[in-house]
Amino acid sequence: MKKWTRRAFIGAGVLAGGTLVIGIAIRPGNRSSKVAGLIASEGETVMNIWLKIAPDNTVTAIIPHAEMGQGVHTALAMMLADEMDADWSNMKFQEAPADKEYANYTLLKGFIAGNATFPKFIEETIDGVFLTAVKSLNFQITGGSASVRFTGQQAMRIAGAAAKSMLMQAAADTWKVPVDELTAQNSIISHPSSKRSATFAELAPAAAKVNIPTQPKLKSPGEFTLMGTSQPRFDIPAKVTGEAQFGMDVQVPGMKYATIKAAPVFGSKVKSVDTTVSSSQQGVKKIVNLGDAVAVIADGYWQAKTTLDALPIEFEATENSGLNQEEIMDRYRKAMDTDLADGNLDTHFKDGDAAKAFEKSTILVEAEYQLPFLAHATMEPMNCTAWVHDGKCELWCGSQNPLGVRAAAAELLEIDIDQVTVHNQLLGGGFGRRSETDVMKQAILIAKEVEYPVKLIWSREEDTQHDVYREATISRMKAGLDESGLPIAYAHQFIFKHHPPEAADIPYTIPNQLIQYSSPASHVPWGNWRSVDHSTHGFLTESFIDEMAHAAKQDPFGYRKSLTKDNSRFQRVLDMVYEKSNWGNPLPANWGRGIAIAQSFGSIVAEVAEVEVSIDGKVKVHRVVCAVDPGFAIHPNGFIAQMESGIIYGLAAAMTGEITIENGAVAQSNFHNYPVTRMNEAPKIETHIINSGNPPGGGGEPSTPVIAPAVTNAIFDATGIRIRQLPISKNDLRASIRQTT
Amino acid sequence: MTSLTINGKEYKVDATADIPLLWVIREQCGLTGTKFGCGIAQCGACTVHLDGQPVRSCVTPAISAEGKNITTIEGIATDKNTLHIVQQAWIEEQTPQCGYCQSGQIMSAVTLLNENPSPSDEEIDAAMSGNICRCGMYGRIKSAIKRASATLQSSNPL
Repeated sequence: MKKWTRRAFIGAGVLAGGTLVIGIAIRPGNRSSKVAGLIASEGETVMNIWLKIAPDNTVTAIIPHAEMGQGVHTALAMMLADEMDADWSNMKFQEAPADKEYANYTLLKGFIAGNATFPKFIEETIDGVFLTAVKSLNFQITGGSASVRFTGQQAMRIAGAAAKSMLMQAAADTWKVPVDELTAQNSIISHPSSKRSATFAELAPAAAKVNIPTQPKLKSPGEFTLMGTSQPRFDIPAKVTGEAQFGMDVQVPGMKYATIKAAPVFGSKVKSVDTTVSSSQQGVKKIVNLGDAVAVIADGYWQAKTTLDALPIEFEATENSGLNQEEIMDRYRKAMDTDLADGNLDTHFKDGDAAKAFEKSTILVEAEYQLPFLAHATMEPMNCTAWVHDGKCELWCGSQNPLGVRAAAAELLEIDIDQVTVHNQLLGGGFGRRSETDVMKQAILIAKEVEYPVKLIWSREEDTQHDVYREATISRMKAGLDESGLPIAYAHQFIFKHHPPEAADIPYTIPNQLIQYSSPASHVPWGNWRSVDHSTHGFLTESFIDEMAHAAKQDPFGYRKSLTKDNSRFQRVLDMVYEKSNWGNPLPANWGRGIAIAQSFGSIVAEVAEVEVSIDGKVKVHRVVCAVDPGFAIHPNGFIAQMESGIIYGLAAAMTGEITIENGAVAQSNFHNYPVTRMNEAPKIETHIINSGNPPGGGGEPSTPVIAPAVTNAIFDATGIRIRQLPISKNDLRASIRQTT
Repeated sequence: MTSLTINGKEYKVDATADIPLLWVIREQCGLTGTKFGCGIAQCGACTVHLDGQPVRSCVTPAISAEGKNITTIEGIATDKNTLHIVQQAWIEEQTPQCGYCQSGQIMSAVTLLNENPSPSDEEIDAAMSGNICRCGMYGRIKSAIKRASATLQSSNPL
C-alpha cells in the first residue's frame, strides 16, 4: 500500500451566478468548485468544501455525517468554528450532500493512522490511494464512533484554521500591516494598533485570492474557546416541537404508501402469491412480488398493511426451514470442536507457549460463555421513500451511509450514479442498522413498478424479523494462574470475527496467550450492532477476568489494577471509577457491585454497577458509575449523553435482549417479546470524564461493551452465581438456587 | 367523511371503521410530529391527548375520536412562537438524542404534570414507563420533568 501524504491544492475561480470560490482542499485534489453548486447559494463564498461564508457574516459548516442524536452536527461545527474564531452565535451547519466529494476520506484514513488496519470488508479493495479507494467504495459512513476523532480532527479543524489564515492574510494585504499584528474573534479580523477591523464576509472575496496554507496552525487546548464546552445542540429545538423531519415523516407530492413482508426464513423465496387487486380492496393500488418479498402499495399505510396481512403468500421451504436456535448453537459448538481437532482454527493472537504454561499453573480457570443474536430495534422502523422516473431515482431516507445508498440505487437500476439523488433525513436511531441499504433497494424495486413516489414503511414486526443481527456466539476461555494467583497463561477460542480487528485483544499483561477463532456457516444475516465485536468481547474478557480474580481470591478492582500497571490511562480510569463508586463500601443485603473496563474506538471506559437481586430472583440495576478517558471531550455534555445512551442500550441487551430462531425464522416480533429497558428499569448513571490529552476517542459506542459484565459481575457479588449466558433473564437467580451454587 | 378536531382545527378525513388515529393524523392531516413506533401500544411514540387524556393513537380507532378534542405535539404550545413549559425544560436539559420518541415522551409528561404538578421519582417512573427511548435518555427525561415541575411551582405559587 502506498503511503499517503497530506497535500493541499490551490485553486480559485468564479462560478456561474457570481459565487466566489476559494478552492482549497484539505485532501488531494481541488474540489471546491465541484461542490459549490451542491452546497452554496448565490453570494456565498465557499472557502473550502467544509465551509462557506454568507454576506451577513454567517459561517456555515458542511458536515459529512448523519445526525442520529449523537450531536455530530453541533460538535463538528464547534471544531471548525473554534479554529476559525468564528462567531458561534452566527454559526450554521448543513449536512453535506451524498456526494463522492464527501466520501469519508478522513474516517478511512483514521483506521490506518490510528495504528489499526482496515476493516476486513474493505481491505481487499484498497488500491493504494486512500481517496480513490474511499470514493470507489462510496464510503460516507457515520459509524465507528469516528466523526469527531477523524472527520473533526482531520477535516473540520484544519478547514477552519486554513480559512482563518486566508482571511487574516487578506486583511494584512488590504491594510498593509504584518499578519502577526492581527487578531481574529467572533468572525471579525482586527488590527488593534490602527483600530481597523473587518468582518469575515467583507474579507472573503479578497481571501479567495490568497494562497492556501498547506499546514495551517491548529490551536492548542489552552486556546480553545468552543472545544471542550457544551453548546446547545442545533438539532434539539425541532425535536421537542414535532417539526424535526425523520425519514418516516417525508411527504412528497403525489406519493403513495407501501409495506412489505419478506420471506420469514432468510434466503427463502416467494412460492406463490396472487397479485391481482380486487375491487373490494379499498385504496389498494398494486401488489408487487419482489421474489423474496411481497409489497402492497395503497393510499395509506393502514390499507397497505391490512391488505398484506390478509394476503395468502406461500414461501418456498429451504434447508434452514426447520432450523431452531439450539441446533444453531450445537452447530457452532461442533464447528469449534472440529476446527480445534483438525487444527483449522484461525489465530487472532499468539504469544509464548500457552499449552506449556497451563501445565505449570497452580490454578486452572475454565468457562464457556454463550451470547444471543441481537436486533437493533431503532425507535423509528425502517423506511424509505423512492421515486423512480425519467431515468432518475430520488430517495428520501435516514441513512448512516447515504453515498452507499446512492451507489446501491445506481447499481440496482443500472443507471449512472449522477442520476440518483439521496435526500438524507434525521435518523430515528441508527446503532449500525442504518448503515445498510436493504430497505432502500426494496423501496426502489417497488417504486419502479409505478410512476409516482412510494414511501415504504416496515412494520415493527418486519423490522424485528428482518434486521441484520449481532452474532450469537459461543466462547471457551481458559486461564492458568500461579500460586500467587497471577495469570501465566490465557487461551480463548471464540467464533466469528468481524471488526474492529482488535476487539478480542485483552488489556491485561499475561504471558503465554493463544486467542483463536472459528467461522461457522450461518444463515442469519449479520450486521454492525453498536460497538460491533466489542459488544461480545467486552462481556467475555471482563467476565472472565472477574472469574480469574475470584479464583485468585483477589479483589476484582485490585486484580485489574495489578494487571494493567504498564497502562497509565487504564490506571487512571480504574482509580476514578474506584473513587466515584465508593468501591469497597458496604452495600445492603442482596446487593452487589461489579466492575468492568475496556478500550474501544479510542476511548477507555470503566463502569461499576450496583445491583440488587431480590429473593425471587429479580435484578434491579440501581446505579452505574462510569469513568471515561476519551482523550479530550469536544462537547462534554453530548459526550456524557452518549455514555448514558450506550449504557442503557447495552443494559437492555444484557437484561432481556435475545433474538432466537424458530423454524429458520426470527421468533420475536415487537417490544412485547423483544423487551428493552424502560424508565422504571433504568439506573441512575454518573459519568466522569478524564481529559488525558490524548487524541479524541469515540463517544457513540465505547460505553456499551462494559455494561453487561459490570452488571453480571455485580450479580456474582450479590449472589455467588456467575452468569455465563446472556441475557440475564435466562438465568435463575432465586435465593433458593443461590444456596446450592 | 369524518370530522376530527385536532389542535383546535377541523379536519375532514376519510376514516374506515378500523383505521387507527395515528395514520389519519400523519397521512391525511399531515401532522407528522406524532410517530409510528410499534403499532401495538408498546412504545408510546404515538401518544396524543383525547380530551386531555393520553392515548396510544396507533391502536385508537380514528372514528372513536370524533367529537373529541385531539391534541398532538404540534398543539401543546399556546401559539407557534412559544414553547410549552415541558418543551422548554426538554431543551434546557438537552434531553433528546435521536428525538424520534420525544413527541410521545413530552405528551405523556404534559399529562403527568397536569394531573400531578410535583411528581416523585416513583410517580414519574409510573407515568413514563410506557414510553420507550432507545437512546436511553431516561435520566434526562426525568430531570426535564422535574425542571418543568419546578417552573410550574414558581409560576403558580400556592
